[in-house]
Amino acid sequence: MTFDAYAITKDFPILGRTIRDGKRLVYLDSGATSQKPSVVIEAESNFYRLHNAAVHRGAHQLAEEATDAYEGAREIVANFLNAAVDEIVFTKSATESLNLVAYSIGNAEPGNRFHLTAGDSIVVTEMEHHANLIPWQQLAARTGATLKWFSVTDDYRLDLSKIDTLIDSSTKVVALTHQSNVLGTINPLDEIIRRAHEFGAVVVLDACQSVPHMAVDVKALDIDFLAFSGHKAVGPTGVGIFWGRAELLAELPPFLTGGSMIENVTMESATWAQAPKKFEAGVPNMAQAVGLGAALSYLSKIGMENIHRHEVALTSYLLNGLASISDLRIIGPATTELRGGSVSFTFGDIHPHDLGQYLDSQGIAVRTGHHCAWPLTRKLGVPATTRASVYLYNTTEDLDALIEGVQGAQKYFGR
Amino acid sequence: MQLDNLYQEVILDHYKNPQHKKLSPTFDAQVHHINPSCGDEITLNVTLDSRIVKDVSWDGVGCSISQASVSILTDLLIGKSLDEAQLIADSFMHLMQSKGTEKGDENLLEDAVALAGVSQYPARIKCALLGWMAFKDASMQALAKRK
Repeated sequence: MTFDAYAITKDFPILGRTIRDGKRLVYLDSGATSQKPSVVIEAESNFYRLHNAAVHRGAHQLAEEATDAYEGAREIVANFLNAAVDEIVFTKSATESLNLVAYSIGNAEPGNRFHLTAGDSIVVTEMEHHANLIPWQQLAARTGATLKWFSVTDDYRLDLSKIDTLIDSSTKVVALTHQSNVLGTINPLDEIIRRAHEFGAVVVLDACQSVPHMAVDVKALDIDFLAFSGHKAVGPTGVGIFWGRAELLAELPPFLTGGSMIENVTMESATWAQAPKKFEAGVPNMAQAVGLGAALSYLSKIGMENIHRHEVALTSYLLNGLASISDLRIIGPATTELRGGSVSFTFGDIHPHDLGQYLDSQGIAVRTGHHCAWPLTRKLGVPATTRASVYLYNTTEDLDALIEGVQGAQKYFGR
Repeated sequence: MQLDNLYQEVILDHYKNPQHKKLSPTFDAQVHHINPSCGDEITLNVTLDSRIVKDVSWDGVGCSISQASVSILTDLLIGKSLDEAQLIADSFMHLMQSKGTEKGDENLLEDAVALAGVSQYPARIKCALLGWMAFKDASMQALAKRK
């Protein structure tokens, strides 16, 4: 199937909007959140229109339909990641998923393989988004475990030279991003996973910027836990995924407790349901899960390989276009080698806020600031950058508009 | 175009030539404020002479709106009494919340009326107020020290 970006843009109603003084919307902020195709909007609202009832509860037909729709969505997610159905947990977001695994590990009693104490270590990286940094930082503070991290090189890659001192027998968790939301850097996982597993440590992958943009196979990667958000994968807001290996989910204690996740309850004690229900307390975000199922089906139909290829071409086009502008510095790898479609840059002494404001006046949506990766931007000495991020519905026209906009800003601010 | 309402000449001038952008070696109070959503940062010193604002100096990184706003503030508030400064600050804050409906009192606010356009861009209000919140914090600390 040939990839037709223009046909795809027609699937997304919001892309028909105009911005400011009637300018065409050029949406280059999918790294923050993605736009939604009509099929997703309809799937979610049709759930409310036709099938809405509380899942897993009630013996009536609507409850059956709702449960089928919800569990059907779970199966779609499982296939998307090449995982088993019961390894898929619906959360409200990747941030919640990452908090879930951190808090659950923190809840592990002595004797449980996840139990953490002073003397243990947790390893992260300097390029983590706050969602995959702060929960670990706080867990370390609460348990007395040591937080260590891979630093970032001047080439915007992870410095693996000290891997032997970073990951050692004290390490219980290695948490890292698959693809940086600031740099676009795609991290090489093999060596890190191998070393972590040598010492029985679990690997937690923040896949927010990878799963929506390329095929991710959890079995092939040999990771232990993974998180991504629905809203970055053309799915609804308010739904995220937490994946874990079956044997690990069996031993991991729950995070949120309440209805649905129990086996037996008395006034003074409770026993837990099996995964995934163990981690899904309360009536779930059913309509949103169904919407996510529709989103991943939509992406699968187009083909993740096709989407990825399109993005690589766009990213290459953008990197080349920006490289030709003097005073423009790309904060991230300069080519598409192990590098995804988040392109952050500085531009002379025009502050990103001002650049972003000018681009907005031309209908172009980008993100400015530290992108929830403050330690990274501080380390790189760039407190704020402008970030353009591409997705399947972007075209070279969009990128031409961005490049023109950047040049226009230079004239406007007279710098 | 509408963007010109935001980026008036006065603002771009202050951005190019920020006033009092050099931290005084001595001060009654020094504060450090950050805008967590974007990374604008400011360090600001205030020195009082009884209830007069004797000196305000600062340093920081940030967008043209945040930098120009604090530059304009220093021109406006140095030499004023704390009561006058309060009046000016309140008037400025009110202008920022006006959603484009007001132009600001030029007699009171002088160059600061150039920032009136900010009120039509809610995402930039925090930028314009960064220096003013820092001044409020620092002057309260300076006053407290004297008590």
